[in-house]
Amino acid sequence: MSFERFYVHNGQAWALAQVPVLDEVSFRREILESCAAAGRLVSLFAHGPKDKNICIYAVVGMDHEGRLSVFSMQVPAGKTGFESLTPVLPQAHLFEREIAEQSGLQPQGHPWPKPVRRHQNYSFYQIHSEEVHEVAVGPVHAGIIEPGHFRFQCHGEEVLNLEIQLGYQHRGIEKMMEEISLERAVLVAESVAGDTVIGHTSAFCSNIEALSDTQVPLQAEMIRAMALELERLANHVGDLGALSTDIGFLPVSAYYGRLRGEFLNLSMELCGSRFGRSLCRPGGVLFSLDEGMIDDFRRRLLKAKKDFTDVAELFFSTPSVLSRLESTGRISRQAVEQLGLVGLTARACGHERDVRTDYASGMFRFHHIPVSTASSGDVYARALVRRLEAQRSIEFLLEALQQIPSGELLNKPSRLKPDSMALSMAEGWRGEIAHVAITDSQSRICRYKIKDPSFNNWMALSLAVRGGQISDFPLCNKSFNLSYAGHDL
Amino acid sequence: MWQILINRFKQGYRTIAYPKQVPGFPGRYRGRPVDVKGPVNLGELLFNEEAAAEGCFTYSKDHRMAVSNKEDLVAQGDEIRLAGALNDKMKRLFGRSLKLRQVCAGGCNGCEAEIQVTNIVVFDLSRFGIQFVASPRHADGLVITGPVTKNMELALKKTYEAMPHPKIVIAVGSCAISGGPFRGSTEVRNGADSVVPVDLYIPGCPPHPLTILDGLLRMLDRLEKKQ
Repeated sequence: MSFERFYVHNGQAWALAQVPVLDEVSFRREILESCAAAGRLVSLFAHGPKDKNICIYAVVGMDHEGRLSVFSMQVPAGKTGFESLTPVLPQAHLFEREIAEQSGLQPQGHPWPKPVRRHQNYSFYQIHSEEVHEVAVGPVHAGIIEPGHFRFQCHGEEVLNLEIQLGYQHRGIEKMMEEISLERAVLVAESVAGDTVIGHTSAFCSNIEALSDTQVPLQAEMIRAMALELERLANHVGDLGALSTDIGFLPVSAYYGRLRGEFLNLSMELCGSRFGRSLCRPGGVLFSLDEGMIDDFRRRLLKAKKDFTDVAELFFSTPSVLSRLESTGRISRQAVEQLGLVGLTARACGHERDVRTDYASGMFRFHHIPVSTASSGDVYARALVRRLEAQRSIEFLLEALQQIPSGELLNKPSRLKPDSMALSMAEGWRGEIAHVAITDSQSRICRYKIKDPSFNNWMALSLAVRGGQISDFPLCNKSFNLSYAGHDL
Repeated sequence: MWQILINRFKQGYRTIAYPKQVPGFPGRYRGRPVDVKGPVNLGELLFNEEAAAEGCFTYSKDHRMAVSNKEDLVAQGDEIRLAGALNDKMKRLFGRSLKLRQVCAGGCNGCEAEIQVTNIVVFDLSRFGIQFVASPRHADGLVITGPVTKNMELALKKTYEAMPHPKIVIAVGSCAISGGPFRGSTEVRNGADSVVPVDLYIPGCPPHPLTILDGLLRMLDRLEKKQ
């Protein structure tokens, strides 16, 4: 290579000038070569400051080495596009479509250049045949869920293709982040995805802390890690309940539903909100647990653990449940690599991909939670990984309760460093959350890039139902339970 | 089979006695603001900890805060005018059976999750004759969450129009009332009543399931009158 690679770690800030600037050819080659060598696109986005040329930044993660390489490409003035990576690197497909929508730069040769979040007058892929029918669902769905549009091409019951069009939830979060105060920005970060408040807010806070050289107190690191696992627990248990509902196993669905509430209520004990709002703030946390609360937490966790074990045992040992879950909605190991899938979707295909281990930060540098995997890649595997992770999260919480450090809760951050860039990642319950922040010469945030795991993983749902029965769609969908809000921003 | 029965026995009876008894809230729960010195708009409030730290009000443990009129969202002192009951004709129609259709118009899935929770065994919404249905054609009322994104405006309008008359509209959460954290974004409409008329406002970010239940039952006049 003709340039020196620039490696960063999770939760680090650096001067913008340190990022290597490559020409288009070497930028492209660098992405392709590092992804061929077990790398993965963590982020790829355009930044177009006023009166300057557009710059494309790439963050490539080497999961097994725990290293993140950052580099960029300056797009010459007057140039309206760049050569698309997608034909040779499918995992770039959505990143490139997003770049086209946000900056106007067209990825030339992109096989599927369709809108991401602005989709007025978009025409869907259609198979023309007398024997093929089309099923359109959404954006308003039958249940109490978020909006999105699903377009199926079916031959009888068999799904030939599913096209998913999102964007209905687009609230303009990234743009807002550049315009509002930090005090307000943290409240917006809490609302990126309301079921992943801790995941997104801790990534946001970590960026601000890195950009202001703020040391987070140990106690705050511990509380954040505990809250993240509590969030994972509530959602995993809720998802197992949703799977039970969809296969019609109603007693277990009711038990899981109630159990999820126990974890949400623990979050309310901790910070006053069932979803972890008002807990993470730049510089630390606003709440901790005192002696009495720790005992109460332990007692309630042990009880919930027993209930969860009982209910999970019943669920996973019932033959009719297993026959419904096994071999349904399978995705291959290869698809995980090609599409850069993350989180429990990747782990259910045997990939040990977990930010808590690969890019450990905060309390996870000292407390290692074993990575849970399954190998079959079907709905069963995703349910099983949820069960294993829920058990490990409970174990972690019980252990952590004995070791909450004392001391400060929050060190107020000072002014952000000018012309800098920061990257923070967290393993939310769905998978890898990555936030990138860039500041301008006045220390203001001039670009904020958010990547929810759903951004990587929605494509997996399309693949999972392909060739299956359309009646399996709800079950497949629940087995991923992806975020519309996190994708749409 | 035996496993299912043993499990059922272990799980016990979980539905709370609400509305006869209201379960206690933990010490850090942020309920309806009281001791309000300057006017505080419950529809814009995000119920974050810092909001009270400025000294304008304190959070109480009271979960009740649904109102019928937008002006009533502005709290002064200790009391607010909580939602009143529907008129007699509407009460006769919906008092014992209310079918609702939910539309998420840009919500973050926080409010949606809490609405969903009203269905679980703990709260058991259906014992009050209230049910969420799959189609607007079957619905008496529309529950809206989210600030109404530009991309959802048309779908929301169409859902509203697809419902038979007479109909009720309920805005749940700060986003649906005022735009919430997204207020002012160029991609959103700052609340449901910029698109359809709203009959009940349930504040919160997100509101606790009991706050939602309280609002619905208050509107249907199903709560015991207190002295």
